[in-house]
Amino acid sequence: MSVVPAGALPAGVLTAEEAAPPRPAALGPRARLLPSLAAVYRAQLSRARVARIPLLFVATFQSVGIMILMRGVVDGGGEARAVVAGSSVLVVAFVALNLLAQYFGQLRASGGLDHYATLPVPPAAVVLGAAGAYASFTVPGTVVTAVVGCALFGLPLAHLWILAAVIPLAGAALAGLGAALGLLAPRPELATLLGQLGMSAALLLGVLPPERMPEAVRLVRDLLPSTYGVEAFARTFAPHPDWAHVLGDLAVCGVVGVISLAVATWAYRRAAVR
Amino acid sequence: MCAVRGLTKTYPAVRGRRGAPATPEVRATDDVALDIGRGEIFGLLGPNGAGKSTLVRQMTGLMRPDSGSVEILGHDIVRHPERASRILAYLGQESSALDELTVSLAAETTGRLRGLDARQARADRDDVLDELGLAALASRPLRKLSGGQRRLACFAAALVGERPLLVLDEPTTGMDPVARRAVWSAVDRRRAEHGTTVLLVTHNVIEAETVLDRVAVLDRGRVIACDTPNGLKEQVAGEVRVELVWREAAPLHVPEVAALRDRAVESGRRWTLRLAPEEARTVVATVTGGAAFAALDDFTLATPSLEDVYLALGGAVRQGLVKA
Repeated sequence: MSVVPAGALPAGVLTAEEAAPPRPAALGPRARLLPSLAAVYRAQLSRARVARIPLLFVATFQSVGIMILMRGVVDGGGEARAVVAGSSVLVVAFVALNLLAQYFGQLRASGGLDHYATLPVPPAAVVLGAAGAYASFTVPGTVVTAVVGCALFGLPLAHLWILAAVIPLAGAALAGLGAALGLLAPRPELATLLGQLGMSAALLLGVLPPERMPEAVRLVRDLLPSTYGVEAFARTFAPHPDWAHVLGDLAVCGVVGVISLAVATWAYRRAAVR
Repeated sequence: MCAVRGLTKTYPAVRGRRGAPATPEVRATDDVALDIGRGEIFGLLGPNGAGKSTLVRQMTGLMRPDSGSVEILGHDIVRHPERASRILAYLGQESSALDELTVSLAAETTGRLRGLDARQARADRDDVLDELGLAALASRPLRKLSGGQRRLACFAAALVGERPLLVLDEPTTGMDPVARRAVWSAVDRRRAEHGTTVLLVTHNVIEAETVLDRVAVLDRGRVIACDTPNGLKEQVAGEVRVELVWREAAPLHVPEVAALRDRAVESGRRWTLRLAPEEARTVVATVTGGAAFAALDDFTLATPSLEDVYLALGGAVRQGLVKA
């Protein structure tokens, strides 16, 4: 079916090889970080919109359900703040950690990473683009959960704007963790399992009030990246929020986010070239 | 354009576990050497498991070889695997990275990640989708398309953003004839206009014979022959392939048929024989006359194909090449 015989190629195409000096040919352009990040973000967001909306409902109902259950257990005050903050951040954990771990686990196992690995795109753009898209996908669910929680427990809505900082920072930390788990797990089932475990940890350690936990569990709670997002958010429900502490918690969240995204980028590089 | 020397990759032995049998050490590519000229459509032909995809993954920087060298347009791909992505476009067998995107977004995003700016990526996307007749499907997600259409959409993504080398791993799997023609005319246009080189992986012998300039035949990780399809077929030009299909069972009570049995490759009711032209004539005369004819359902007499070349060269796997 090939209609162009080799002899009919543009002059010198086939013979140029012998005559040409052994100088390497010019390389194609490299995709720059920000434009390719934007392209991955846009593609991932459209993916998420098509395939993940039912899961976002699940995540939101799950968090609202937990708050309704906890209403019979906690009696206002600090515990109620922890429950509302924990349930809101749980939506982020569900999507960013659990679903992203599953996505990267499946992509790696099916050979889908080859597609990105044979494009001149910086690894950070792929990881950040996907993490960013999953994190922004959590916004409606988190906001709905927070508003419902405030209504249930009679908490003030005045400082809900803090979610604009909590979602990206906690999202970065959890999405980086999820991506790293997905890319490092040797099998996709293991990636799914790790994602589920991470989410269960975020659920148990984030929603339950820390005062009732044993010392060892409290230590694990301090190691979980979502904890600082929960704490920062919970503090803003106080009548006079301690903004220095809020900023401190958010800063920890941000640092953990940078570290976990760096680990995820490293894991991507490792998974892409085997 | 592309030179491969002594490329070797061994998969380590895997110890058996519960439910998974042990597999011995496998040489996926064994001292492979190839030279591909600019503007060539060069094929890698072999049955499943011959090492074609492993070889291609090493040539595209996706896998590090244990030893050997790959040089494309003067760049050492083993030492700088990241440069491969700036020289070549790769169409792998998997579409899972693009499955949930629309055809249009898959092509545009791939172009962006290949370093095009937004405007050019959109323009290239439109050109390629029109060229391949995909414009009507542009807003459908890949997942919702048939296998052949999805493959064509992935091929479109591979074409957005010009590259001097296209590496296509079984590009036409599942495609109907119209889509196949679109693929090969798109390839031919790029070759005529830009001198684009194509490295094609296939296990389809008919496709290999019709589109390839040269073909390397792979068997168990080794290149057992490398020539033009016609050059390869001349190696077995002295033979003719006779295929006999019996109605129910071969009439072994006919002595001439019984005598052929040792030389035939049996596959159900089908016997395949490779014979000198003289012998073939005798066999056809025997089975089309007398007692054997009553048992005969169909027969064909054909000049050798690349499949016969593969078998004549000592290809070990008796099945796995596709004629379609």
